[in-house]
Amino acid sequence: MELPLTRNIRAGQAPLDLTGYQRAGGYETLRASLGKAAPAELVATVTASGLAGCGGGGFATGRKWQAMPDRAERPGPRYFIVNADEMEPGTFKDRLLLEGDPHQLLEGLILAAYAVQADHGIIFIRAEYTAAAKLLSQAVAEAEAAGLLGINILGSGFDLHIDVHASAGRYICGEETALLNALEGKRAIPRAKPPLPQTSGLFGHPTVINNVETICNIPHIIGRGADWYRSLGLDGQAGTKIFGVSGRVKYPGAYELPLGTPMRELIEEHAGGMRPGYGLRALLPGGASTGFMLDSELDIPMSFAAFAAAGHRLGTGTAIVLDDRTCPVAFIGNLQQFFAQESCGWCAPCRDGLPWVEQTLAAIEAGTGTGDDLDLLLEMTGHLGPGRTFCALAPGAMASLKSGLDYFGQDFERHIHDGGCAWH
Amino acid sequence: MSTAEPQAGKLTAAERAGIAALVAREPMPRAACINALRQVQAKRRYISDAILAEIAVLLGMSTAELDEVATFYNLIFRRPVGEQVILLCNSVSCWMLGQPTLAAHLRARLNIKPGETTADGRYTLLPIVCLGHCDHAPAMLLGSTLHGDLDPAKLDALLCLEPA
Repeated sequence: MELPLTRNIRAGQAPLDLTGYQRAGGYETLRASLGKAAPAELVATVTASGLAGCGGGGFATGRKWQAMPDRAERPGPRYFIVNADEMEPGTFKDRLLLEGDPHQLLEGLILAAYAVQADHGIIFIRAEYTAAAKLLSQAVAEAEAAGLLGINILGSGFDLHIDVHASAGRYICGEETALLNALEGKRAIPRAKPPLPQTSGLFGHPTVINNVETICNIPHIIGRGADWYRSLGLDGQAGTKIFGVSGRVKYPGAYELPLGTPMRELIEEHAGGMRPGYGLRALLPGGASTGFMLDSELDIPMSFAAFAAAGHRLGTGTAIVLDDRTCPVAFIGNLQQFFAQESCGWCAPCRDGLPWVEQTLAAIEAGTGTGDDLDLLLEMTGHLGPGRTFCALAPGAMASLKSGLDYFGQDFERHIHDGGCAWH
Repeated sequence: MSTAEPQAGKLTAAERAGIAALVAREPMPRAACINALRQVQAKRRYISDAILAEIAVLLGMSTAELDEVATFYNLIFRRPVGEQVILLCNSVSCWMLGQPTLAAHLRARLNIKPGETTADGRYTLLPIVCLGHCDHAPAMLLGSTLHGDLDPAKLDALLCLEPA
């Protein structure tokens, strides 16, 4: 089984420098593409590959690129931004790629920028990823010195400058239009769409924003072709993805697996199942913004399509396991506390609704909840649900609350009836 | 409060030059504001009112406009912090795997709650969202270094070993 994304990554070892990366075949695709293949050919290959955005949305990467206006129609600066603002609770896949193989990301970014003819590349990285930011800056300096970045790269006539921009906190910066506002020196509140960033992005110029893992796939797809990439997946899915597991499993960690691998294989084989003395109660399949899945649903293949068909969201693909010795009400309370804190405050349902949800859950956990509180929480899942708010933060928060009320209703009722939490 | 070094109310020539260099790289001055705040904070540990007002002038922003940005981002500190900031992850995987025990331990050992600074000005404890180290939960960032698989004994060792 080929694992392109992690092929250069060795646990506990420093990442390959430019020399090592090139010895392993790195930048060969770049050399074969820049000035040799038409940019439109790269867009066509990525579109044909079926690559889906790995930031949590699963949107087709090729379609995102195709929405960039033609260079002749829109002269002037254009931007390609890598979203390295990984902050979704339970998600630790991009940090692995950033720290494990920074040149893979750079090669992907240069190819992607060439494909959409962007002359500015920005890697927007969260402030706390200090080690990754340092490694990336070193890799950029190495690439600049080797003529792989800058003016007239490899004699191709293509110019690209890359900045590593360290953020200053806040989960909402990962929302792509809020990220644009952060880069413009504003509060990171989301923007209305349309216009799409491709039409009016950073400083009003055409802009594409892709997740780290998405871009790390690009050198492999361009180098080996769409058919090869499609052949990597299972269950009719294309490519591999980094999946992860945290919680009380035997081997929490990140695992590169074919898309379409059943969730059960990830949990039971790769993560080794539950630690002795713990049972699996449920899990969030892809970060805090996804809904709960029960053990009976774990045979669903891990792909955006199969999850959507089953009424779930794959999200970031990094699962958080709720064990049978952790209070589900407190678990959901922790998630809602996160979302209430991280609401940017721009739209009223999110700004006012999430703290209300948080306080109501805290009251139930503390034993002062009432039966009406459950009706209120259920009502809130509607008020803060899809289509009611400016961005996806509040609807994401409601995913675990809604499925949690459904799956753990008896636990909520027992808290209210007993006037306290049996787990604490 | 004895925790912060006395802040001269004036940016140094080097700080002004640093901000000018950041501004020169951007299509509009305010786009440099977060980088400017970070750069100044790296030396001064926090952004005082007087310093904020001076930075705003350099960026062509009103004080209120810059403060609106500064107060939005949780890692721009508008109040004094200790020599080292302990960012203890309180997101769900760390919470499940022992963060409450660690927070209680820090409270007992350093006599500080989240948001507070030790009496000797050495440490400030702040909560932080998921640090992307969930497979080694519970985790924290101490200064700029990530630590995982924490327990009270490891926490003690790290806090003693860190240079003052």
